Amino acid sequence: MKLEIRGLTKRFGSFVANDDISLTIEPGQIHCLLGENGAGKSTLMNMLYGLLEPSAGEVLLDGEPVSFASPGDAIAAGIGMVHQHFMLIPVFTVAENVMLGREQTRTLGVLDRDRAAQVVRDLSREYRLAVDPDSLVESLPVGVQQRVEIIKALANHAKVLILDEPTAVLTPQEIDELMEIMRSLKQQGTSIVFITHKLREVKAIGDTITVIRRGKVVGSASPDTSEEDLAEMMVGREVKLTVDKEAATAGSPVLEVQNMTVIDGRGQTVVKDVSFEARAGEVLGIAGVQGNGQTELIKSLMGLVRPSAGRILLEGQDISRWGPRDSLGAGIGYIPEDRSHDGYVGAFSVRENLVLDLYKHDDYSRGPALRLDAIAGNARDRIAEFDIRTEDMDTPVSALSGGNQQKVVVARELSRPLKVLIASQPTRGVDVGSIEFIHKRIIEERDRGTAVVIVSTELDEIYGLADRIAVMYDGRIVGTVSPDTPRETVGLMMAGASSPEEPTPASVGGERD
Amino acid sequence: MTDKPEPDAAEPDAETHARAESVGQGADLRSPVTWLPTVKVTAAAILLALVVGALLIVVSDREVIEAAGYFFDYPWDFFKFAGEAIWESYRALVLGAVGSGAALSQTLERAAPLICAGLGVSLAFRAGMFNIGAQGQLIIGAVCAGFVGFTFDLPIGLHLLLALVAGVAGGALWGAIAGYLKAQTGAHEVITTIMLNYVASSTLLYLLTKDAFQRPGSDNPRSLPVDDSATFPMLFGFHSGVLVAIAVAVVAWWLLERTTLGFEMRAVGANADAARTAGMSVRKVYTLTMLIAGGLAGLAAVQQILGHHDSLTANVAGSLGFDAITVALLGRATPLGTVLAGLLFGALASGGIQMQASEAATPVELTQVLQALIVLFVAAPALVRGVLRMKESGGGATVMAKGWGS
Amino acid sequence: MGLVTAITAEAAQDLPRVRDRADVVRQVKLVVVMAVVTALLVFFALTVDNSHVQFVLGERVTVDSPPKELPAHPVLWVSAVVAAVGTVLAAANRIPRDWRGVVVYLLVGLAFYAGFIVWAYSDQSGSFQSSIANPLPGTIRIATPLVLGALAGCMCERAGVINIAIEGQFLMGAFFASVAASLAFNAYMGLVGAILAGVGMAALLAVFALRYLVNQVVLGVVLIALATGLTSFLLSQIPGDPAIKQYFNEPPRLDTIAIPGLSQIPVVGEALFNQTALVYLMYVSVVVVAFVLFQTKWGLRVRSVGEHPKAADTVGIKVNRVRWQAVLFGGVFAGLGGAYYTVGSTGAFDREVSAGNGFIALAAVIMGRWHPLGATAAAVFFGFMWNLQSQLSFVDKIPSQLLGMTPYLATIIAVAGFVGRVRPPAADGEPYVKS
Repeated sequence: MKLEIRGLTKRFGSFVANDDISLTIEPGQIHCLLGENGAGKSTLMNMLYGLLEPSAGEVLLDGEPVSFASPGDAIAAGIGMVHQHFMLIPVFTVAENVMLGREQTRTLGVLDRDRAAQVVRDLSREYRLAVDPDSLVESLPVGVQQRVEIIKALANHAKVLILDEPTAVLTPQEIDELMEIMRSLKQQGTSIVFITHKLREVKAIGDTITVIRRGKVVGSASPDTSEEDLAEMMVGREVKLTVDKEAATAGSPVLEVQNMTVIDGRGQTVVKDVSFEARAGEVLGIAGVQGNGQTELIKSLMGLVRPSAGRILLEGQDISRWGPRDSLGAGIGYIPEDRSHDGYVGAFSVRENLVLDLYKHDDYSRGPALRLDAIAGNARDRIAEFDIRTEDMDTPVSALSGGNQQKVVVARELSRPLKVLIASQPTRGVDVGSIEFIHKRIIEERDRGTAVVIVSTELDEIYGLADRIAVMYDGRIVGTVSPDTPRETVGLMMAGASSPEEPTPASVGGERD
Repeated sequence: MTDKPEPDAAEPDAETHARAESVGQGADLRSPVTWLPTVKVTAAAILLALVVGALLIVVSDREVIEAAGYFFDYPWDFFKFAGEAIWESYRALVLGAVGSGAALSQTLERAAPLICAGLGVSLAFRAGMFNIGAQGQLIIGAVCAGFVGFTFDLPIGLHLLLALVAGVAGGALWGAIAGYLKAQTGAHEVITTIMLNYVASSTLLYLLTKDAFQRPGSDNPRSLPVDDSATFPMLFGFHSGVLVAIAVAVVAWWLLERTTLGFEMRAVGANADAARTAGMSVRKVYTLTMLIAGGLAGLAAVQQILGHHDSLTANVAGSLGFDAITVALLGRATPLGTVLAGLLFGALASGGIQMQASEAATPVELTQVLQALIVLFVAAPALVRGVLRMKESGGGATVMAKGWGS
Repeated sequence: MGLVTAITAEAAQDLPRVRDRADVVRQVKLVVVMAVVTALLVFFALTVDNSHVQFVLGERVTVDSPPKELPAHPVLWVSAVVAAVGTVLAAANRIPRDWRGVVVYLLVGLAFYAGFIVWAYSDQSGSFQSSIANPLPGTIRIATPLVLGALAGCMCERAGVINIAIEGQFLMGAFFASVAASLAFNAYMGLVGAILAGVGMAALLAVFALRYLVNQVVLGVVLIALATGLTSFLLSQIPGDPAIKQYFNEPPRLDTIAIPGLSQIPVVGEALFNQTALVYLMYVSVVVVAFVLFQTKWGLRVRSVGEHPKAADTVGIKVNRVRWQAVLFGGVFAGLGGAYYTVGSTGAFDREVSAGNGFIALAAVIMGRWHPLGATAAAVFFGFMWNLQSQLSFVDKIPSQLLGMTPYLATIIAVAGFVGRVRPPAADGEPYVKS
């Protein structure tokens, strides 16, 4: 099926999210839509899928103008979408998720679960997407959840499949598998729209590349365009794909983790006997696919989750029973992975968020009373120092862009002397300008002699920042390698293979060969 | 997994402002407690509530109903009687509320406990808790204050102070139970405070069967009135507890907006996870907030029982604890708003009595309907604007408990 | 790649055996509770002097069923032994996690009930000897409105709309049941009036929650205040003149209907199957709600909009339409629950006749973890406790006011001690707005 978009525009109030976008997706083609976070890719796809109503423009399917009032219409017309944030109901089974909206029923609307399960089994055999129809979605790894999303689209006989940032949660191997699936779908005549901000991927799979910036199509490219050129098209200026830094001068260990095990609320062991150390003046990067225990590991370092076994030492002192206040007070800076959830209070102003964990400090309060003038002064300084783009210091943080929200968190954590900086996904959902800025500040902090621990699911970020790379898989550190290790090796480790080498005997983590 | 909040997209700098606008609206929708955008909408909501109230007066007035029976023969009667009933009722309502010095005093004295208990509910809201337990906290506060008030024989001033402290402490303790249980076990405060309300009223009933709480020689569940030395002295025609209520509202504002504890309360209420990550003790905040909220409800009980030589009876708290919730909601959980809402409800309560005594004999329950309608309409500004064809206007956000999440 | 080895299952077994802290805490609590129960039962056994206690299998002593003798001491000691065994099992962490565990808890609970009731009825002073009576008929009766209200709560909240206003629906249901039954001189018309009133309140809830996006917690409280005010207002507008009053607030009551055969079953038959039509409607409602929610297409959609409305939207489900339907459907049960307080029991409507029971139904929804069967169980538990309280008010061992607290204290202990944090439907209380 041929999909044409003509002059599609979407306005939110005075803000134009999509400005006069035109594209053509030929049948049996993989069309990549490249753009950085916030460029308007998802807005465009949500209009195609009937989730948003276009302010202007039209969509044509095989030359016929169509309009979708709801996703139901889009599905009926043969459009399927795999959302960046999976549209699956965690407490339903795979079969229930697949059948939802087009349920197989017996008389009187009684669900026919057997038939639904059979549909899932048939599709998973036909497209080699292994999944058990009766398992609960919340118990499945993200990679499998994504398969469920694809099956959902296929069950609706999708002729155009939109994949919105599908690789963010996958291991390199799973990404390869996904690309295999995409190729086989393409051979069967399905058109695919592949949305991403990862240059490597568009080059690997795309037939055509359209680049979007600030809601506008800025051009198209062929897959053999160089990464540098694609990046420049995407961002609108020359971009350095690497982070400038000197070689690290690692000092003594500041933070040591010994044999830590964490059991989560559901009784699952999510961190398994992990040991590592972070040294002064060095960045330790913890790589791994989302959901392999990094979140819980970091939370227990901060005292947000109590480890079931093991010790955490800060400069030799056992801090494993400390709460977050003690840890923060002792000089650990913390940038949480999900900023809107843990990093800031959205309803609070920039001014208040900049002292969210400092308000008890003598600089900002006297006895029970807050020192409003000092808090305002701090806000003025940080906003200037970190170039936080905000109307004023009383603007609620929820009204800032993602990059500026993250800058608020980073500014707060770097505004006091640190021994250790723990940053989890420091640039997730952040624009390229802010990424460059945040990376620069992290390296500056390292050069000041702070021990830095970075957790990231983006290998590019890990390679850009880390002086040593620890890879986590299934709750263990499967190995610690140096950043000159080939990406393929680290990719395999992220899928559970143990490391080929041990550069630092002191950091034998979950190594069990 | 799928329920992760979407990472906010970064917008080019020039568009930050535009984005702020659109996100502002988004935030409006996500926490629909951002009502009371303007005084105008509130005034309109009150007007609308009065219109609905007028309809109720009309449909339930005997003369009007009879006139409706021969409406097509003589429609004028219907409108005349309807107009008269509405006019009489609302005139009496206004006169009873603010028509004289006595009426004003009455309004203030009725508003004082509503303000205190309403502040308790408001503070809990701001810390993300829904305190349905003001009723129980009031009852226990009344028991403690009353017991000190009628049992001991102490000098003027000291007696009042002691009774006041006892009442506040009793309420605080009762509130703190719910806060502590939420902090330590995650037990939802809606359930525990509801249950504690029942436990409190059972306790009161039980105590009223005991000799220490009954009048000598009587088996009635009614205590002695509190001593003179433990009642609030009269000032300008109303008891001085009213001034205490205003003072407490100022303190509550200071606590919330100007202290580290208030900062913690608001942070926990708006985003408990971020507060915990920032090193705040969410548990401490829950317990302390409910302690303070309970103390404020206890103070409301003190107003009630030490205001006018009152006795402790099974009905000492009336429906104050529940009215306090509506007051806090109308006041958008801010101290100033709560004071204003308390005054409005106090006026409705004291005016309602006169309304019932008026010629139209409109039942005092109408004021309860009016109260509910006012809050309902204020909470749904879109409805009010739609009905009255007002223009859209932005409004500030106050964070409040929104669901069961704990 | 030869140097790459996958993590094997063996490696996973090398993990240090670490037991989850929460699990340990849970066990400790269980042991404490069981030990307290055991100690109490031993205390009861030791303090009872006269071993003779009377009981009847029916709800009260009649000529047909004279009281029978029950030896108190053996009952008490057997109960104590059962509880002791439970304590030992808990201490050894040997209570299974499946249905067998539930059986253990039920047995210990039953033992406590038996021991407690025997103790309460023993050594009665005065000439008249009260007899232990069958708790089931009263329990079922009292639980009926609570179960119906809780079902209404489940329906709404499963669809993602918080319903605190069950109490308001009760009041309106009760009032209009009385009015409708009075006007029609027919108690069954009262049920129709109640359903209409319940659905009407539900419509108010839906329109403000779904159309005007009012905070649903706020909304619930306001609707209760509105219903309380409105019913009190309308009641006081009904003239006291009996000639007029009989048309508005003197309804006939629902008759009890014995179901042939079933009502003859010993012990439980009379209790379960000699009740009013409302009680039978309650049984049917529990089955219907549980079946509809979990076995039908519509139920699947209801749960999907309560868990993840956007996901439902992306497969073409009209989120707000489904929510409207669920809220209105829930209103049917809440209205019926309200009918209990007038045509279902005492007859005429009185001010605040449901006396806050809507809040108890709400608590039952949460204690039952938003599952219709769990909520029903919690509601029945309340009915049981209230019934126990009213039965024990005839014996003087415990002051009735103190006894009156026990259901609420028990709830607090259960919620704080064993239920803890509960997981509501993920989108409960979140209005769904397309951006």
